[in-house]
Amino acid sequence: MDLTILNAVVAVVIAIAFAAANAAYLVLAERRGAGRIQRRPGPNVNLFGILQPPLDGIKLMTKQLVIPGGADKALFLVAPILAMAPAITSFVTIPFSDTIVAHSMNIGVLMIFAFASLGSFAILLAGWGSRNKYSVMASVRAVSQHIAYEIPMLITVTTIVMMTGTMNLKELALSQSGGILHWHIIPSLSSPLMPVSFLIFFICSLAETNRAPFDLAEAESELVAGFHTEYGSMGFGLFFMGEYAHIVIGASLITILFLGGWGCPLGLYPGVWWFLLKVYLLIFSFIWIRWTFPRTTVYGLLNLSWKILIPISLFNLLLTAGLLKVF
Amino acid sequence: MSGPVIDIQPGETFTLNVGPQHPATHGVLRVKMEMDGEYIIKAETVLGYIHRMHELMGENRAYPQVLPNLSRLDYLGAMGYTHGHVLAIERAAGIEVPERAEYIRAIMVELNRVASHLFWFGAFVMDLGGFTPLMYAIQDREHILDMLEAVTGSRLTYCYFRFGGLYNDVDDDFVDAARAFIPRMRKSLKKYAALVTGNIIFRKRLEDIGPLSAEMCRKYGATGPVARGSGIDFDVRKNEPYSVYPEFDFDVPVYHQCDSMARYKVRMDEMEQSLRIIEQGLDKLPDGPIMPKKKPKLIKPPKGDYYQAVETARGSFGIRLVSDGTKNAYRFKLRSPTYSNMHLFDEACEGMMIMDALAMMGSLDLVIPEIDR
Amino acid sequence: MGAYFSEIFLGLYSLAVGLSITFKEFFKPVVTVPYPFKTLKMCDRYRGHIELIENENGEPKCVACMMCQRGCPSGCISITTKTETYEVEVKGEMKTKKKKILTGYDLNFTTCSLCGQCIENCKFGAIEFSKEYNLASTRKEDFHFNLLNRLKERNS
Repeated sequence: MDLTILNAVVAVVIAIAFAAANAAYLVLAERRGAGRIQRRPGPNVNLFGILQPPLDGIKLMTKQLVIPGGADKALFLVAPILAMAPAITSFVTIPFSDTIVAHSMNIGVLMIFAFASLGSFAILLAGWGSRNKYSVMASVRAVSQHIAYEIPMLITVTTIVMMTGTMNLKELALSQSGGILHWHIIPSLSSPLMPVSFLIFFICSLAETNRAPFDLAEAESELVAGFHTEYGSMGFGLFFMGEYAHIVIGASLITILFLGGWGCPLGLYPGVWWFLLKVYLLIFSFIWIRWTFPRTTVYGLLNLSWKILIPISLFNLLLTAGLLKVF
Repeated sequence: MSGPVIDIQPGETFTLNVGPQHPATHGVLRVKMEMDGEYIIKAETVLGYIHRMHELMGENRAYPQVLPNLSRLDYLGAMGYTHGHVLAIERAAGIEVPERAEYIRAIMVELNRVASHLFWFGAFVMDLGGFTPLMYAIQDREHILDMLEAVTGSRLTYCYFRFGGLYNDVDDDFVDAARAFIPRMRKSLKKYAALVTGNIIFRKRLEDIGPLSAEMCRKYGATGPVARGSGIDFDVRKNEPYSVYPEFDFDVPVYHQCDSMARYKVRMDEMEQSLRIIEQGLDKLPDGPIMPKKKPKLIKPPKGDYYQAVETARGSFGIRLVSDGTKNAYRFKLRSPTYSNMHLFDEACEGMMIMDALAMMGSLDLVIPEIDR
Repeated sequence: MGAYFSEIFLGLYSLAVGLSITFKEFFKPVVTVPYPFKTLKMCDRYRGHIELIENENGEPKCVACMMCQRGCPSGCISITTKTETYEVEVKGEMKTKKKKILTGYDLNFTTCSLCGQCIENCKFGAIEFSKEYNLASTRKEDFHFNLLNRLKERNS
């Protein structure tokens, strides 16, 4: 067997394992975090609820996958897979440290965004395929939301790519090595608006991963459960895991683009531990935000993107381009 | 006001069935909506899923036997409804109530009002997608329920008031607990103001959304916080005083914005006013018996037509009692506030987006068992 | 333009305030009780289903006057009695007297609304509220309590 293929297989297996384990235990973390915020313990039977995720998994897998009458069977079955698969594939190109990376690509950033936009396809197909009015409304919402938030996200990424001159995630992270002052979140002469960019990117990744306060596609108090109303069993499980995998990717991307990847804030002992620490801190803030704020409206969400995020990120792009020419 | 105006093309609408099992309706209310995309063109509320004939029960049972029924109307603010009932029968049968009993009644009703508004607050924010405020509200409500349980013996359906007085007396523990509760609740209200009222997402979702004009409120007979949010200064406790309410110094919060935010603010201010009433009630609480010395053994109101209205957490609740002189009522009509408030929804939600409409429905504070008596 | 930016900044500030509140709550102790492992004591006035009270002889105080059955709004109490004749000596004469004896006191708890009318109607203090709240079953018949038997079980 060719060594590169073997490499790829191993990488994908590790990526699947990492994504699945993350998804399972992030559910636990989310539930326990929500519990603490609401001053209740959360799942705490058997050693802090350590067995909760595997038992949940067993429960989901042993249930019957009910396909509603009149549903488009093919789309209905494809959608959950489409939600999970791109998320796992994206892990392949994410560098956890300068040595731990499955496949370092020149166009890593582009690849992740390409796969991330497949996520909205999954929601669209799920909503359309399950033949439920609530689901269709949710999927329509999701698509408009994803389009609106990919634009400021990509503009922000363009700004950073312009500054560093590379689309390789590994090189992007390496360009920030050497302490907190080199990180992209800290404003520099050529890019004074970088903290704002970070905020925009953070908000967009909340919206892209369908997290509260932007969880319009599964607004449970209006659309029951949105696009996965009709899903049970592992179909629902895959959507759920896909969502958490997307969160991990979003947090990793923020870490690489803005927070110096695996670099230490003081420039000491860079390594995978710093990367994971930053990623899980970001995920904690995702959880924290979800359990604090109410949901936005459809038009509020679109207004935020088109009237605030896009103009500001465009302005930042132009400003950075101009300043890069000056300095 | 709420989103842009749309042109409706014939044949492009679909019917959406919200409920009877839907998270936003808080019970078994069904709303048939004619939708154009996310916009509601026409909505029709359908009732009757949990109708239990409380009025008929009131007619074929002896008067004391109806007492437990009244707390089953509104499971969140049961005390206010039983208050209306006992006041109506006392007025009809001419029973004198000792002063201590009157004060305890007022304290209990106001505590229950705070509990009811707290739960509404939590459920309303949950309608908008925020889950945590519900848990904080339930924490505070739990203190009230514990106090009420220690006195009445149950947590939701109290059945505490009796014709002429009370089921049993309050003790010093209750008075101390209630006194300790007031400053704690005031602190919590500040927390809610910072966490929810000031939040930009929350404000954007409520301000100028769900307009209910004063004329509409009058047309449908809306009362309570819904009417007060539309600028109608009407509170039965002030306008047709009953019990010992004239002795208390409290304000009736009125807002003129007519939107969901106004209704929200009215209820938040009402909690503060209820705390004031409880404070004064505890200070003024006289000693004495809790049941009248002479009370008729069998309650038989003289022939006649009686009406008593009280201000419950949801609005003006009225009991019309027609007595033919026997031990059963001839007619026992309940005027429930939510029934009138809910019918505003059909007209008000036309042309709104579904998420705004459901937010407005939350601001009406619907308790379905009370609509479907 | 000024309003545009001030709205953004005030909005962000309000969000930060909210986040700071939930962050503070994160470190406060939990307020719930882990129910099946730890239970709360019911308060003295807790209204559970009714229970008969025994007199000093270990027999029910109930004299079968039927006031509770008549007062119950939901008709969930059914009492069965039998009449016993016995002879007493009154002023040197033997007289036959009749006495009602309680033979069965059944409570259909499925329809009981825990209003307490029965206890208020009882002139003899023969019934009380139990403090039991862990009542669950998959069968309706489990809630048809025979209170006389329950009293015997408590005594034995």
